[in-house]
Amino acid sequence: MQRSNDERKGNQMGLAVRIKKKLGDFCLDVGFQSESSRIGILGASGCGKSMTLKSIAGIETPDQGEITVNGQEFYHSDEKINVKPQKRKVGYLFQNYALFPTMTVAKNIEAGLKGSKQEKKKRVDEMIRTFQLEGLKDRLPGELSGGQQQRAALARIMAYEPDVILLDEPFSAMDMFLKDRLQQELIEMLSDYRGIVILVSHNRDEIYRFSEELIIMDRGAVVTSGKTKEIFANPGKREAARLTGCKNISRIQRLDAHRMKALDWGAKLTLQREIPEGTAYVGFRAHEFIPVWGERRENCIRVRLAGQAELPFEKNFYLFPEKEKADSCGEEEDGEERQDMQNLCWFLQKDKWRMLEDKGMPDYLQFREEQLLLLS
Amino acid sequence: MGVIECDGSNDMEAIMEIMNDLDWSPLWISLKTGAAATFISFFLGIYAARKTVKMAPGKKAVIDGILTLPMVLPPTVAGFFLLLLFSRRRPLGILLYENFDIKVVQTWLGCVIAATVIAFPLMYRNARAAFEQIDVNLVYAGRTLGMSEMRIFWTVVIPSAGPGIASGTILTFARALGEYGATSMLAGNIPGKTGTISQKIAMVIQDGDYATAGIWVAAVILIALAVIILMNLILGKRMKTVKRW
Repeated sequence: MQRSNDERKGNQMGLAVRIKKKLGDFCLDVGFQSESSRIGILGASGCGKSMTLKSIAGIETPDQGEITVNGQEFYHSDEKINVKPQKRKVGYLFQNYALFPTMTVAKNIEAGLKGSKQEKKKRVDEMIRTFQLEGLKDRLPGELSGGQQQRAALARIMAYEPDVILLDEPFSAMDMFLKDRLQQELIEMLSDYRGIVILVSHNRDEIYRFSEELIIMDRGAVVTSGKTKEIFANPGKREAARLTGCKNISRIQRLDAHRMKALDWGAKLTLQREIPEGTAYVGFRAHEFIPVWGERRENCIRVRLAGQAELPFEKNFYLFPEKEKADSCGEEEDGEERQDMQNLCWFLQKDKWRMLEDKGMPDYLQFREEQLLLLS
Repeated sequence: MGVIECDGSNDMEAIMEIMNDLDWSPLWISLKTGAAATFISFFLGIYAARKTVKMAPGKKAVIDGILTLPMVLPPTVAGFFLLLLFSRRRPLGILLYENFDIKVVQTWLGCVIAATVIAFPLMYRNARAAFEQIDVNLVYAGRTLGMSEMRIFWTVVIPSAGPGIASGTILTFARALGEYGATSMLAGNIPGKTGTISQKIAMVIQDGDYATAGIWVAAVILIALAVIILMNLILGKRMKTVKRW
C-alpha cells in the first residue's frame, strides 16, 4: 500500500467521485467509486471525462458534489471544502505533456520540489537515472522526441511523489508505432508505482491494456463501471458495447424467454440462456462470426456483400442482411422494416480470409450464441 | 544659435558649432523619463494583464476598455485629466503636496506620470496578448506540481510570454521617450527640468531653428532604431527557445 497515505490516513486506498458541472449543452453528472489502483475512464471526445479528471486534480471546480481520494476530502461543496491543486498531491500527465518550454529537463523535474538545493539535486539526479534521461538533462523540451518528452514529464510528476497519477489521453496524438511503444513504456514505468493511476481515453485498446477497473462515460454520465475484462466480455449497456468496440448492435424484440428478433438484422435468434426482460438491444463483435457454407444452421443470417476494406492484417466486410425466407424464419418481414436494416461488420484475420479465396463468400454468417451481448 | 546659411561647406561647421554649445539636458531628461515610465509600466502592465486574463468576459471588456483608453485618446485629453487630478488646487494635488511634499505639475515627476499613463496600455496589451497565447496546461501543470501561483507566474508564464513582454517593454519605452502632448500639459517645458526632446524640437521649430531641431530629430531616430534593433536581437535569440511548443 502507499507509503505517504499510510502515514496520513491509514489504509483507505481508493477513490470516490460524485460531481455535477454544467458543460456546454449538457450537464456532467458522474458518480463512481473504486478501490482499484489502475482505473480507466473510457468515453467519446467531449463526454466530460477530461473534465472529471481535471476536477479530481483541482484545476477545474465542479458546481457541486464530493471528491474523496484515499480517505482525504479534496472537494465537498456542502462543506465548502475545495483543496487547492497545489495541496492535493495529484500528478497530471497532459496530452501535450505541458513541459515548461523555457526550462531544461532538469529544471522541469525540479520545478515542483521543495527542500534544500542538495536535496533537490539528489532527487532530480535520481529521476534522471530512473527515467533514462542521462545526457538530456540540459536540453529544452522542444529539443526532445515525443518519447523523451513523455519520460521527462513522468519524471517531473514522479519526483513530486504524488498520491494519484492522472493520465489525460496521453497517446491520442501519436502515430501507431510510437503509441504502441510509449504505452508499453508507460505501463512499465508505472509498474512500481503504488498509488492510484487513472487513465482517460477514447481508445478501447489503451484502456483494456492498462486498467483493472473501467468506467464508461457518455454525455456527462457514467454508463457502466466494473472490472475491465468483465465489462468488455459483457458490456450490459448499448453505449458500453459501442465504446468497447462492438460494431454490430441491433434493436430487439423479445419473443419469449429464449427467443428474440433482431430488428435491424432481420434475424431471429434462439438462446439457451434466458433473455432478461429489460433487454432492448443485442450486440455482436465483428470478429466472432462463423462463416457457413451450404446448409443453414441455427442463429444464422443470410448476407449480401455491400463493401469491403482490406487492412494490413485483417479484412473488413460490410454485409447487408438478406431477407429471410418465410419457411426458415416464420412470418414475412414487411417492406418498411427492411429499410431500417443495418449493415453488419465482419472482420476477419489475414490467415482466415485465405479460406474465402477457396470457398468464396459464405452463404450465411452464424452468431455464436455465447458471444451475443444482451444489452439494455 | 542662429539660422544657418545654406552654402555648402559652411553647413558642417555651423552644425558642429551648434553641437558644441548644445544643451544636452533634453536627452537625459527624455531617457530618464522613458526609463522610469517603462519601469513602472512594466510591472503595472503585467499586473493588469495578469488580472484581466483571469476575469469573466463582461468585466474584462469594461476593465480592458478603461486600461486601453489612454492609448486611444488624444494625449492632450489625457494630459487635461492628469492636470485636473494633480493640480495643487484639487484634493489629490493638495493631499500629495501637504502630506508628502510631492509636486506633480511642472515637475519631472509630472513627465514620468504623463509618459507612464500614455505608454502603459502598450505594455498591458502586449503582455495580455502574450499571456492569452500561453498553453493553459502549463499553468495547470505548475499547480498540480505544487508550485505557488507567484512561482508559476514568474518562472513559467513570464519566460514563456517572453517575446510578447519584451516587445511590449520596448514599445512602451519608445512611446514614453517620445511623449509630447500629455507631458507638455502636466509637466510643461522647463529647460533642464521637464524639457524633453520632443518638447525641445517643438520649441526650436517655433523659433525657426531648423538646424537644432534636425540634430534632436536625428538623436531621436538613432535612439529609436538602436532600441528596435536591440529588441530584435534579444527576440531573435529567445525565439529559438520559445517557438517550439
